[in-house]
Amino acid sequence: MTRAHPHMTPPAAPSGPIHVVVDLNRCQAYAQCCFFAPSVFTLHGEEALWYDPAPDQAQREHVLRAAAACPVQAIVVQWPDGSEPQISRGAV
Amino acid sequence: MSSQGSGAVFPDSGRIVIVGASLAGLRAAETLRAEGFTGPLTLIGDEPYLPYDRPPLSKAVLTGWVPAEHTTLPRRETLADVEWRLGVAAVGLDLLAKQVRLADGHTVAFDRLLIATGTRARPWPKQAEAELEGVFTLRGRDDAQLLQQRLAAQPRRVLVIGGGFTGSEIASACCELGLPVTVTERGAAPLVGALGGAIAERVALLQRQHGVDLRCQVTVTSLEGDAQGRLRRAHLSDGSSIDTEVAVVALGAMRNTEWLRDSGLAAWTFGVGCDAGCRVFDINAIVTDDVFVAGDVARFPHPLYDYQFLALEHSGNAVEQATVAAHNMVCAPADRRPHVAVPAFWSSQFGVNIKSVGVPSAADEVVITQGELADASFVAAYGKAGQLVAAVAFNQAKWVEFYQRLIEQAAPFPPTMSGAVQPTPRSPVRAAFPDPMVPTYDATVILTGHDPTERRVQWIPRHHAT
Repeated sequence: MTRAHPHMTPPAAPSGPIHVVVDLNRCQAYAQCCFFAPSVFTLHGEEALWYDPAPDQAQREHVLRAAAACPVQAIVVQWPDGSEPQISRGAV
Repeated sequence: MSSQGSGAVFPDSGRIVIVGASLAGLRAAETLRAEGFTGPLTLIGDEPYLPYDRPPLSKAVLTGWVPAEHTTLPRRETLADVEWRLGVAAVGLDLLAKQVRLADGHTVAFDRLLIATGTRARPWPKQAEAELEGVFTLRGRDDAQLLQQRLAAQPRRVLVIGGGFTGSEIASACCELGLPVTVTERGAAPLVGALGGAIAERVALLQRQHGVDLRCQVTVTSLEGDAQGRLRRAHLSDGSSIDTEVAVVALGAMRNTEWLRDSGLAAWTFGVGCDAGCRVFDINAIVTDDVFVAGDVARFPHPLYDYQFLALEHSGNAVEQATVAAHNMVCAPADRRPHVAVPAFWSSQFGVNIKSVGVPSAADEVVITQGELADASFVAAYGKAGQLVAAVAFNQAKWVEFYQRLIEQAAPFPPTMSGAVQPTPRSPVRAAFPDPMVPTYDATVILTGHDPTERRVQWIPRHHAT
């Protein structure tokens, strides 16, 4: 079964580290992020999410997909200049 | 919610000062800009760091999975012109002159002030013992880094003094690192002040199942050092002792209100009293116009809990309250909003995701409505006088929002549910919270009564004063 990946609108991405914030009050452990960016997001036990808030730049594409895939939209990604990339939530 | 530039009436010529450069201060600053305030904005923080996220410090940072410096919070571009005064604490407030006094002797003038000074770790009461090498507290980023390094050096045993959320999370991290750990808890079980005895008993079992040497109804009476000033042993109230090189003091938090002692504001041990709109009360319970408060240091009346003043130590509350406070600081008086969000927090420990909504300690009864206590996968509903006041989920995060709605509606207790999932019929049991008059170290939600100032004061009119 093939399914369209949630994709991002190509942003004019500033270089430098990205920041990730997850609203853990909102997170319900659907674990979609853990599939898209397993080195950044991981479930600790059955449903406690741990994540690296300042992941390696090489992860940026994965992180953006993870943010787009979150069913409860608990993940916010920010560029170093403080802006938020536009994330289009694909037909999932 | 799009409040971009909506109705800020506070003049841009006015200066806003925020004391406290952590989560609440940061979110307030961002909200002020989003609401259209473009005037001078200063943030004062006693730590040398830009705002960072604290919850990971006792979890992913301690195990070494996330470096401490990764916790810096992102800042929006709208804060590019903010003045940061970091590494210097506020030590006094002069309401008449409208000035904040700093530890370095400088003063900062304000037209409107937000107090967001938060809490600090309660230190070990005996200073000489607290200074022994190997005795730690955990609140800030530096604390977490030092403790992480010490744990990585594989001590033979770690003693955690206090079984609240922070202490339990530290113990969990130790278990993950394969370190033998002892937890001492003054109450009947870990988290008893936060969750009540009925649920806390399950937490005690959980910790023991993970190998924690848990000692309840026991306190540490003294810490003993060697000739080089290194911790070597802890003595307990039951007469026993524990050989250990590392002790983490996790005896709860103290609110940073000392700098307000002579300010004339209603600021004391339980925090800074404010109205539902985050405006601070003075010691005569008169609300001030230009001083606001948000985050862990605030205590505010909540309609769901008979307008008792709540004091919360949760990042979710810091964000919500800071947003409301900042809005109210710059909007027209008629546009002010109340801070009425239902308290919510989470903790992860021993592989269990604990989520809480409402105020469990307001309850006198508790019933398991879903799942099984034995599986450490359940929802516990908390009630008082036939009303649902809180719910706590262990590895059942998906239910939390549902219970939050019920709490907001002041739904009956025990809760009745329609639909496919019916709760297992059970009878409520006593929630078994400790006597609220006896201080506990682990309650991060505190009901602090109805008195806005909580001081016994007598108002003496100025012209009668002798």
